[in-house]
Amino acid sequence: MIETHATTEEVHGHRALQHHFENMEQQREAGTLGMWVFLVTEIMFFGGMFLAYAIYRSAYPAAFASASNHLDITLGAVNTGVLILSSFTMAMAVYFTQVGKRRPQILCLVLTLLLGLTFLGIKAVEYHDKYTDHLIPGNLIPGNSFGPAVQEEGQPVDHHKLHLLPGATVKQVEMFYWIYFAMTGMHALHMIIGAGLLAFLLFFSIRGRYDPEYHSPVEVVGLYWHFVDIVWIFLFPLLYLLGRHFEHG
Amino acid sequence: MSEHIVSVRVYVTIFLVLLVGTALTVIAAFYDFPWQLNTIVALTIATVKATFVVLYFMHVRYSSRLVWVIVASALFWMGILFALTFSDYWTRNWLSVGY
Repeated sequence: MIETHATTEEVHGHRALQHHFENMEQQREAGTLGMWVFLVTEIMFFGGMFLAYAIYRSAYPAAFASASNHLDITLGAVNTGVLILSSFTMAMAVYFTQVGKRRPQILCLVLTLLLGLTFLGIKAVEYHDKYTDHLIPGNLIPGNSFGPAVQEEGQPVDHHKLHLLPGATVKQVEMFYWIYFAMTGMHALHMIIGAGLLAFLLFFSIRGRYDPEYHSPVEVVGLYWHFVDIVWIFLFPLLYLLGRHFEHG
Repeated sequence: MSEHIVSVRVYVTIFLVLLVGTALTVIAAFYDFPWQLNTIVALTIATVKATFVVLYFMHVRYSSRLVWVIVASALFWMGILFALTFSDYWTRNWLSVGY
């Protein structure tokens, strides 16, 4: 039997098309769908921690408000802005890939990566402040176990000391910091993984791998990056803002 | 069905909405609202911001029905997680039985 062998290009249409997909459209939709299924598991994962937060906050409202007031609201708000801006540049990176403009696409990926690293840098400053104020819970750091100085009535106001609202105990504040470090720590880990994914995208977009026909990887990493942004959109008010109105109301 | 490309104008608008939302949530946090309204205001603003991110930055508004179903399933299971857990925690003191 004589067969005519068509070239791969003719049969599949695009060099990036995998053999088990009909066309690029189907491949892209399958990729997006797969990422969303993964994000659902991520939502459930973070959901468990938000649940723990909700239970302990309803049990120790005064301690959670006191502990929250010790966090740096300015750094938290700036970091929220940084992350929102990085989500915007990520969305623009997807856009420029879709319309086939490689230079702005690479620029947007670089900006997103830099903003992500800025977020992590500010987070590191905050973690260091908690370290010097002895607010790392339990005995996680040997030789620097949990034990913040407590502000006493009538003493000069010291922002490194813990201001306990009526009804709050130091032990309950420690519970807030377990949850704070678990949630922001897992969030930061996701940011680090996201930065790695962005570096990967950058490497291949400089080599010209992505074009309007094939941009699934940029789209899918974008979905992940926006998801991490959404987690922070909830973490910021829940961790940083919950007790302010007791001090300034 | 070909892909919908979200315009730059939409992205810029959403970005500005998110910044305004962040400013609002910070300002609102310093007002002492009655009852639990502080938390409700903060969570409402956060939910609105998240919805904008999901619909526009994550393109769900322009995605297939299947993606909508998957996103909805996440919210549904989160609802079960919170509803069943709090049906326990909130009702523990309703009956004076020792446990």
